[in-house]
Amino acid sequence: MVVDVVLKPEISDPQGQAVLGALGRLGHSGVRSVRQGKHFVLEVDGDPDEAELRQIAETLLANPVIEDVELHLPTD
Amino acid sequence: MRIGVITFPGSLDDGDAARAVRLAGGEPVSLWHAEHDLKDVDAVVLPGGFSYGDYLRAGAIAARAPLMRDVVARARQGLPVLGICNGFQVLCESGLLPGALTRNSHLHFRNRDQQLLVARADTAWTSSYTAGQRITIPVKNGEGRYVAAPAELDRLEGEGRVVVRYVNGNPNGSSRDIAGVCSEDGRVVGLMPHPEHAVEELTGPGTDGLGFFTSVLAAVVAA
Repeated sequence: MVVDVVLKPEISDPQGQAVLGALGRLGHSGVRSVRQGKHFVLEVDGDPDEAELRQIAETLLANPVIEDVELHLPTD
Repeated sequence: MRIGVITFPGSLDDGDAARAVRLAGGEPVSLWHAEHDLKDVDAVVLPGGFSYGDYLRAGAIAARAPLMRDVVARARQGLPVLGICNGFQVLCESGLLPGALTRNSHLHFRNRDQQLLVARADTAWTSSYTAGQRITIPVKNGEGRYVAAPAELDRLEGEGRVVVRYVNGNPNGSSRDIAGVCSEDGRVVGLMPHPEHAVEELTGPGTDGLGFFTSVLAAVVAA
């Protein structure tokens, strides 16, 4: 299972802006915006429980005050 | 008057916080994050540092420590709690204080003496000051930018929850120059600058920080 955590759109991301600046200096002038986030890969015993995963994501992996989460459950 | 100072793995300023408590006239009591034992203290200080190496988010893992469950429960009943720097980050992560602290807008660690405006002089930790007073204490952080949604910031301003503001320069890009906030009842206060580093003329920019610690002694007596 994968959890992606990204800053909410209204929270400024100076790290992403620093990456964007570096891209400009490397000649990649077509990149308009960079937002930096976190990517968690979780391995669980048995079948993944989406409700529990959401709880894990929203109570520890992300801070809901400033971050949004995206859950990616395995599809088989 | 027993003032607990919690040590987490990676706390740095617990020694200075205990020293500030002693200079203010209180009895510092060492508390360990992994124990469910508040040792009958009358108030708690969460010191600065880099608990758990700032892994995940600054203060995030310390906020889930066993002792923090006791701190949160007692704080909701009125136990005075002060979070300094990393301690402020822990209080926001624990839900005791609103908002969050994120990477400084300029991405640099900033370490300097900082002038603050005391906006609230009626909290458990700021009653030794007067509203509108300017004080100078050190600030030192890399993730000290206070943020919250604009509507939340409006609500906090409306409720008078901003305790101290940066003046003569905002060191980290904090929203609306906010350096510290408090809980609704004014018993829980968090701020990024370090009052415990300004309690003696010899080692700090002055003694402007001592008031945080004398304030809580008065608040405990009054309770």
